[in-house]
Amino acid sequence: MTDSKYFTTTKKGEIFELKAELNSDKKEKKKEAVKKVIASMTVGKDVSALFPDVVNCMQTDNLELKKLVYLYLMNYAKSQPDMAIMAVNTFVKDCEDPNPLIRALAVRTMGCIRVDKITEYLCEPLRKCLKDEDPYVRKTAAVCVAKLHDINAQLVEDQGFLDTLKDLISDSNPMVVANAVAALSEIAESHPSSNLLDLNPQSINKLLTALNECTEWGQIFILDCLANYTPKDDREAQSICERVTPRLSHANSAVVLSAVKVLMKFMEMLSKDLDYYGTLLKKLAPPLVTLLSAEPELQYVALRNINLIVQKRPEILKHEMKVFFVKYNDPIYVKLEKLDIMIRLASQANIAQVLAELKEYATEVDVDFVRKAVRAIGRCAIKVEQSAERCVSTLLDLIQTKVNYVVQEAIVVIKDIFRKYPNKYESVIATLCENLDSLDEPEARAAMIWIVGEYAERIDNADELLEGFLEGFHDESTQVQLQLLTAIVKLFLKKPTETQELVQQVLSLATQDSDNPDLRDRGYIYWRLLSTDPVAAKEVVLAEKPLISEETDLIEPTLLDELICYIGTLASVYHKPPSAFVEGGRGVVHKSLPPRTASSESTESPETAPAGAPPGEQPDVIPAQGDLLGDLLNLDLGPPVSSPPLATTSVQMGAVDLLGGGLDSLIGGPNFVAPPAATVPASLGAPIGGGLSDLFDLTSGVGTLSGSYVAPKAVWLPAMKAKGLEILGTFTRQVGSISMDLQLTNKALQVMTDFAIQFNRNSFGLAPAAPLQVHAPLSPNQTVEISLPLNTVGSVMKMEPLNNLQVAVKNNIDVFYFSTLYPLHILFVEDGKMDRQMFLATWKDIPNENEAQFQIRDCPLNAEAVSSKLQSSNIFTIAKRNVEGQDMLYQSLKLTNGIWVLAELRIQPGNPSFTLSLKCRAPEVSQHVYQAYETILKN
Amino acid sequence: MIHSLFLINSSGDIFLEKHWKSVVSRSVCDYFFEAQERATEAENVPPVIPTPHHYLLSVYRHKIFFVAVIQTEVPPLFVIEFLHRVVDTFQDYFGVCSEPVIKDNVVVVYEVLEEMLDNGFPLATESNILKELIKPPTILRTVVNTITGSTNVGDQLPTGQLSVVPWRRTGVKYTNNEAYFDVIEEIDAIIDKSGSTVTAEIQGVIDACVKLTGMPDLTLSFMNPRLLDDVSFHPCVRFKRWESERILSFIPPDGNFRLLSYHVSAQNLVAIPVYVKHNISFRDSSSLGRFEITVGPKQTMGKTIEGVMVTSQMPKGVLNMSLTPSQGTHTFDPVTKMLSWDVGKINPQKLPSLKGTMSLQAGASKPDENPTINLQFKIQQLAISGLKVNRLDMYGEKYKPFKGIKYMTKAGKFQVRT
Repeated sequence: MTDSKYFTTTKKGEIFELKAELNSDKKEKKKEAVKKVIASMTVGKDVSALFPDVVNCMQTDNLELKKLVYLYLMNYAKSQPDMAIMAVNTFVKDCEDPNPLIRALAVRTMGCIRVDKITEYLCEPLRKCLKDEDPYVRKTAAVCVAKLHDINAQLVEDQGFLDTLKDLISDSNPMVVANAVAALSEIAESHPSSNLLDLNPQSINKLLTALNECTEWGQIFILDCLANYTPKDDREAQSICERVTPRLSHANSAVVLSAVKVLMKFMEMLSKDLDYYGTLLKKLAPPLVTLLSAEPELQYVALRNINLIVQKRPEILKHEMKVFFVKYNDPIYVKLEKLDIMIRLASQANIAQVLAELKEYATEVDVDFVRKAVRAIGRCAIKVEQSAERCVSTLLDLIQTKVNYVVQEAIVVIKDIFRKYPNKYESVIATLCENLDSLDEPEARAAMIWIVGEYAERIDNADELLEGFLEGFHDESTQVQLQLLTAIVKLFLKKPTETQELVQQVLSLATQDSDNPDLRDRGYIYWRLLSTDPVAAKEVVLAEKPLISEETDLIEPTLLDELICYIGTLASVYHKPPSAFVEGGRGVVHKSLPPRTASSESTESPETAPAGAPPGEQPDVIPAQGDLLGDLLNLDLGPPVSSPPLATTSVQMGAVDLLGGGLDSLIGGPNFVAPPAATVPASLGAPIGGGLSDLFDLTSGVGTLSGSYVAPKAVWLPAMKAKGLEILGTFTRQVGSISMDLQLTNKALQVMTDFAIQFNRNSFGLAPAAPLQVHAPLSPNQTVEISLPLNTVGSVMKMEPLNNLQVAVKNNIDVFYFSTLYPLHILFVEDGKMDRQMFLATWKDIPNENEAQFQIRDCPLNAEAVSSKLQSSNIFTIAKRNVEGQDMLYQSLKLTNGIWVLAELRIQPGNPSFTLSLKCRAPEVSQHVYQAYETILKN
Repeated sequence: MIHSLFLINSSGDIFLEKHWKSVVSRSVCDYFFEAQERATEAENVPPVIPTPHHYLLSVYRHKIFFVAVIQTEVPPLFVIEFLHRVVDTFQDYFGVCSEPVIKDNVVVVYEVLEEMLDNGFPLATESNILKELIKPPTILRTVVNTITGSTNVGDQLPTGQLSVVPWRRTGVKYTNNEAYFDVIEEIDAIIDKSGSTVTAEIQGVIDACVKLTGMPDLTLSFMNPRLLDDVSFHPCVRFKRWESERILSFIPPDGNFRLLSYHVSAQNLVAIPVYVKHNISFRDSSSLGRFEITVGPKQTMGKTIEGVMVTSQMPKGVLNMSLTPSQGTHTFDPVTKMLSWDVGKINPQKLPSLKGTMSLQAGASKPDENPTINLQFKIQQLAISGLKVNRLDMYGEKYKPFKGIKYMTKAGKFQVRT
């Protein structure tokens, strides 16, 4: 006899029959009837009509019957609140039962009945149970507080249950402690502002003691709670780590991962020189590897987390490449994750193995996986330079298989390899051209066309090939059309004689027959370029392209740090902070890694996000998830993923990425177009002919033509010290040239002539680009203003301070020496806008020690104004992200000597103090860059 | 925490639902069905599925999807581990975990689930404790219950619930006191075309069956504990003792349990006990392909390899195969293209082989992918990593228990690429 008998029905009607049985006098029959009711309930049948009859069975000594009735009550009380009241008396009585099992059961069930009238009666019994002598009852009551809070938060607070719950953290029984922590964490999650889990060294100690003794689930709650604590110094961090490490050997993978979270977070506080730091790193690898031998679902979650860990601390798993090798019967979601991690771990040491594996995967059955594998080969080539050659030959082998989708993927990645290593592997072009006809996907076609255009001079029949594509121009996708347009223009510039007809054809197709504004505008600009100044056109179209960066989909560093705090949670699976997806923005607490230095005041305290902060907008994660190389070249249309906010008043005319192939850095900003008929916006003011490249430079700030900030002239050389010669001066930077503006006054009684100037060697090699020209002799009391052009090709010597410049000025009277400090922003060059992928990679690459943080006070500007102001001084905003109402600007600038400085500027609306973090390979410039920021922003 | 649980069979019917908080409409499972449709195979359904208001976390075991619904940020591993625990508990209670069995025992299932979670927080997940709270159904008990009117719900607080050793109940009594330990190692390996090892690792476990009276305190020591540098222990093992002396010291749970699992990584040299010689070739012109594989012993430390089973997923283009095995039986399913060959024991003097031809679709080009060969085998009385138990001692009780240790090596995910 099994429970399936409960599902059989008779003709009379199930409910009717059950009713009769429930009201039977025989205990046994009653119990059987209740079981039938429960069975119906579990499969979703509505048996709520039997409510009064079932509740009548509640008064019984039979524990099983009691439990069954409770099960029924929990399910249906909400729909029958008035009837449910009938049960209250029994509950209250049961809470006083001598058997702790019954006391606990009663308090547990009452908490599950979500009816207001019942909760009122619950308070007294609950208060007793929280102080019950039996720990089993106490731990059940702790959870009940969380239940009650969910139903009526105000009631819980008014009744003081929260304080009782906090007291339970110091309970003698570890199970009670664990449940109290769990309940408090759940309540805290719905009330981020309430400072419920107020952790201090004493309570931490109690938690750590309970950690060793409670159940596996309790350990998870406690570890997750510990992860929210910020130790006061590195010694405390180490001692907590030491007590948490044994959890890494737990059989429950959730315990392991929660322990990993605590360790990863607290490790941040430990000095890398510490022996313990190294030991800890070593201890982290084996448990992570072990997680990969578990069930596939566990593997998936583990892999998503390992992906984060590998980005944060690659050293942990660098020797464990092989465990990520794909087994052919792994589920697809595991395969793709493993592949991603393999590429992250790829290095010169293991690249041979990785490539052999990837080649193997490329012959698998699953098309999606094969494609990803082929792309991965390309990523390896770009990441590990030494392997590029092998990668290319592997890709060629794959092309020889002639499997259609393999060939197409291979061509897409070979294009990227060409971008990274120009003029190195062009020998393979012939093989690629053989496969031209089999390409039917837009991305592959566009890639092939790009290759043909880029290397037109080496492909004898490039014109024929491109002409072939041109035949079906209107049927192609926009991506291919744009690429074809650019390629033919390139071809024309390289072989003007034979291809004039072709270029005219494509321009007319693009401008006259197309409805697509991007295509049309790009067509017009080429047309205009070619017709006005072919030389300039050549300079622009065939300009050297910036190299592509190595790692394409790194997670933004601040986001990564935040995600490390969420290891093991849903956030870590989605690689998004909880604020991006937690329902209604409730429970959003912004977490961050603890700062390294033991005593420094952290500028943001991790646990005190502004109460009632608006639900954070979905942050704009820079790298597009999932797409390995998709936007590497910005091949597709549409505005760049999120264009930096350019607060200029210029005409936004739409054409983005004018020249395709990633040339946009040359253009500087997405706002320029010059159709043949249209007039150039007057504010540009530059002549079109002959000056097109200037034009492009200017587009970065049409409204703010004036160039960077110029300080008022200051006295550099007082007349007293120079026998009557007074020199005032300042530095300016305008449209790429630096000059020193001087004002010479003759305060002596004799005429001054024969002026000359010389600079001592200085940090950035500043030197006069022309002799100091004072045309007429300077008579007494006469003043002359001179602008002396400077260059940066002089000899270099490090000065103290860095921006010190020693100058010698000579005239017919004597030689005078003075020194002055130049503002660093005159050295910020116009092409200081870094590619966003590159930015991420570089930011990550520069060691943390090089990061410097500054406060800019009393600056009332908003983010838009700030970025436009900085842009006019060649500090470029690469991305903007909104986190918890704060604007984060990611900026780059380049000095004349090629030093890149990366900046993160945090602006809180309404707060005039900004936080500026600077990262640079030469940390000594940071201080001066900060001063430049101050100067620019405050003037 | 965990809000609700739905059990769904492979044809997409929800056959059980349990809610630990308020009721979540079963329509939430529509998102799961969508994902299920997108995935070609049941195994490929992603384990985490977001929906507008909830998250669905699922595991697929015994042809049943166990779908948990959560609403707030909950560690997904926590949920997935719990779901696996549910499956294990069902298996423990009913012998097998299948749809008909769950339906047959629906009330017990419901009672058990209620005990496992409270408000979504795990309550009792140790099967020892659960079995004291809700007695598993047996034929005898059903009969007795019907006659005497007693119940299968315990009315005493399980002793283990709050003690320092929650995994063991007090007052255990046996007439024959015995403790058996099985050291079982599985080799996961990928072997490439030429027969060299791409990656190989060993997943080992020590499963115990301990039936001892009272509160015995056991210690287990190894000849070569250095092999065990990556281990996960049952909570009963005293970690400090292991750290300092490399000795397993523990008060065992009663009955069957997994004492420890370990991992011998690819960095240590892993002995590969078998080799496969294969010659699978398709020709462009002909519609016939040649197929030949031979299996032989390699590093077996003198032990016999048994239970050898070869399976391989042949390419789609293969219509049929005509093969002759030198021993054992073989089948080829022309629909799923699955070839399996039950070899049995390997006799080193006469190596088993399977030879013949494959008929391919006429006119089709030769298949792009090469079949991968999956191998299963068993070797008794050998732990391939070389792990050996030194001695087992018992303290705390006076009687002399009967002790036994068994070793076994098996193939885990053992794949040979061709």
